Amino acid sequence: MPQYILRRLLQLIPVFFGTTFLIYALVWAVPGDPFAGKCGQVACPPAYIEMMTAKFNLDDSIFVQYFKYLGNLFTGDWGETFNGVSVGELIGNAYPVTVRLALIAVAIEAIIGLSAGVLTGLRGKGFLDNLVLMSTTFLISIPVFVTAIVLQIVLGSELGIIDASVSEDATIGELIVPGIALGSLSMAYIARLTRTSIAENRHADYVRTAVAKGQPRSRVVGVHLLRNSVIPVLTFIGTDIGALMGGAIVTEGVFNINGIGGLIFRGIQNREGATVTGVVVLLVMVYLLVSLIVDLLYAVLDPRIRYD
Amino acid sequence: MRASRGFWGATAVVATAALLLTACGGGGSNENKGSGATDANASVSVYGTEPENSLIPANTNELGGSKALKPVFSALVGYKSDTAEPYNLMAESINTTDSKVFDIKIKKGWKFHDGTEVKAKNFVDAWNYSANGKNGMQNASFFEQIQGYDEISAKEPAVKEMSGLKVVNDYEFQVTLKGPFSVFATKIGYLAFAPLPDKFFADPEAFAKAPIGNGPLKFVSRTPNQNMKLTRFDEYQGEDKVKFKDLEVRIYTSQETAYQDLLSNRLDFMEALPPAAKAGGKYKTDLGERLVEGNLLGISALALPYYVPGYNNLDLRKAISMAIDREQIVKTVMNDTYAPADGYVSRGIEGYRPGVCGEFCKFDPVKAKEFFAKSGFTGKLTIASNADGGRKEPLVAACNSIKNALGVECDFVPATDFGQWRSIVNNRQLTGMGRSDWSADYPSIENYLNPRYKSTGSSNDSTYKNPAVDALLTQADQTADKAAAIKLYQQAEDLIAKDLPQIPVWEEKGVGGKSNRLKVAKLDFGRLADYSSIEVAAK
Repeated sequence: MPQYILRRLLQLIPVFFGTTFLIYALVWAVPGDPFAGKCGQVACPPAYIEMMTAKFNLDDSIFVQYFKYLGNLFTGDWGETFNGVSVGELIGNAYPVTVRLALIAVAIEAIIGLSAGVLTGLRGKGFLDNLVLMSTTFLISIPVFVTAIVLQIVLGSELGIIDASVSEDATIGELIVPGIALGSLSMAYIARLTRTSIAENRHADYVRTAVAKGQPRSRVVGVHLLRNSVIPVLTFIGTDIGALMGGAIVTEGVFNINGIGGLIFRGIQNREGATVTGVVVLLVMVYLLVSLIVDLLYAVLDPRIRYD
Repeated sequence: MRASRGFWGATAVVATAALLLTACGGGGSNENKGSGATDANASVSVYGTEPENSLIPANTNELGGSKALKPVFSALVGYKSDTAEPYNLMAESINTTDSKVFDIKIKKGWKFHDGTEVKAKNFVDAWNYSANGKNGMQNASFFEQIQGYDEISAKEPAVKEMSGLKVVNDYEFQVTLKGPFSVFATKIGYLAFAPLPDKFFADPEAFAKAPIGNGPLKFVSRTPNQNMKLTRFDEYQGEDKVKFKDLEVRIYTSQETAYQDLLSNRLDFMEALPPAAKAGGKYKTDLGERLVEGNLLGISALALPYYVPGYNNLDLRKAISMAIDREQIVKTVMNDTYAPADGYVSRGIEGYRPGVCGEFCKFDPVKAKEFFAKSGFTGKLTIASNADGGRKEPLVAACNSIKNALGVECDFVPATDFGQWRSIVNNRQLTGMGRSDWSADYPSIENYLNPRYKSTGSSNDSTYKNPAVDALLTQADQTADKAAAIKLYQQAEDLIAKDLPQIPVWEEKGVGGKSNRLKVAKLDFGRLADYSSIEVAAK
């Protein structure tokens, strides 16, 4: 197992360099004037263009630019946006909010999805089963932005239960409704995955043995059945966390949450190369680490899985 | 038994969720109907967007930065919010006999927010810094009329000061222009001409993080992409004091979300409304009495570049102009948030005359067809623009109007965003008509004509070149007497109207909204809230 972990960590390094170089090249080597439209209705004065070109090393070849950028990165300087704000500061403000939102969304979708899946998987046909099936189909078919906007208008503007946008503190309470909007799609998938998995494993031999041994039902379901059935769900949740850490652009936009999704969206819109590259580098790292953790969790959950 | 258990289970879940949401979801909206008294210590929030450049007056020329910086700095001259008339704000007097040498006296005893006094040299040093090519300030070109600008605006200037600026004493300085320019006394109200405290010159970068100005509001803090906070400067001496305590410029990614906040009174002021609110006139019912209307100094036109093959044809221009049903488009597509344009200068500017464009801006499909036949134009017509921000719909409608009236194919060609769009126009890469909107930097007829219709203008999107117009504009620039100058600008406008280098289409009316908390809130011509007009109702 330790060898496996070491191997995976070493694999991170070429992937990191490969993806970050690709992103850097895509952002900065794209033809077109990076200063277009930065000066409003008139063309930018040449002195301004010169100063910015020097600041961002745009005159060097793409490889030299990339290595200078990496050099800065490893000393902690993530660069500056065109309007002089430090990218590190922007990421530092936005990331905790995104993490909170992602965790809330995952918690909501896991709790509701797993409970619904377990209940219906065990019971089979019935009112609850039909309810869950129909509501999951409904949730899957609605795009996230529709859910988000409907929740915002109905709960926020019409009924006044919540505020239409999230304040600058972005407390956990305020993030519940955005979390629901964000997690609605995944919740549906988790419910169905769990339901199928449990229904499949319900008739396995070890379950019959456990019941025959006289184990209480809660232990049979909660310990034996769940641990084996949850592996596909875990894969799904793992990739979901990775994706959510990447920021939910639409939900963040609708509820005005100052998270990574909005940051990267604005960066792309305004051609802020430094922001986009910085955030993507961070996301690549996070995603790789999360998938490593998920893989390790398999071994924990199912002792039959070995990695060496 | 099972069915009802499932049913009650579901109900229990829903009930818990509802209670949880209400408890944790933050307060609801506060319905506060304004009464008579004003709360002088209230806080106000306005809709904002992230500034595109650093927060220095000489580097800020877009709305995001201006919203925060305009109340922080007071220039020599201010503009009244409803008529856009210039008045002496920090200037005690501006005297000139020939519109070339200006003797400017400033009021005594005005302080910067850090306590230091505003002296004449703060203006002169600030202007020299901004014009200096080494500093790469975006608004450098605003100083181009001052003698000495050409030397200092070079990349590595040999001089540090413009020869045309001279400090006479602590409260008086003299400006010498390259040639007479009657609009100068109006132009110096623009944000770029603000004074800067001595602290700025020591460390401009640190200053940009916490600007120190001499205006009615002082800067408190900024969280990028989130908000900018300002508070009242109690020692402010100008006429445009504010009647509230704190201002938050709250930055939204989505204008729709800001609108929802405005409706539920969490946001106090929006100077523009999102397309979703304008559709079908929904904003009128949503806002009712909370609607704020103003007179924006902006004009929209279609540029027909002379470099596009086939467009160097006056009959074609007349045909296109008369084929656009401005009244109908403004009413149906734009829901009365715009008004049809009939000249090259917008309403409310001194020197505006209605009907300059004359018959060519009136919808007349019969005459349009005649001109089109006379022009002999073959091929397709296109209108290009960036498609976001509600720009697309009216132009598509204009294209359809042209199609129906002239029977020629007309398409809308989108550019990805504003930046790419401007670079296409500035690099002369248009292949058809293009949207050419203009917002006045300062309220003068000169600002509408010189940048757009002078052959050397910075925003001459059509590449229009008419020596007679150039001569008239230069003559007008150099006329000392303001009234006489305006007459000359008007003559130039008449000549321009004959050539139709751009087709005037409509003017933005300025429609915004305020929350229930504000008793009074006005919109000023620069698309900002008129901060000095805002009054918050006492609870």
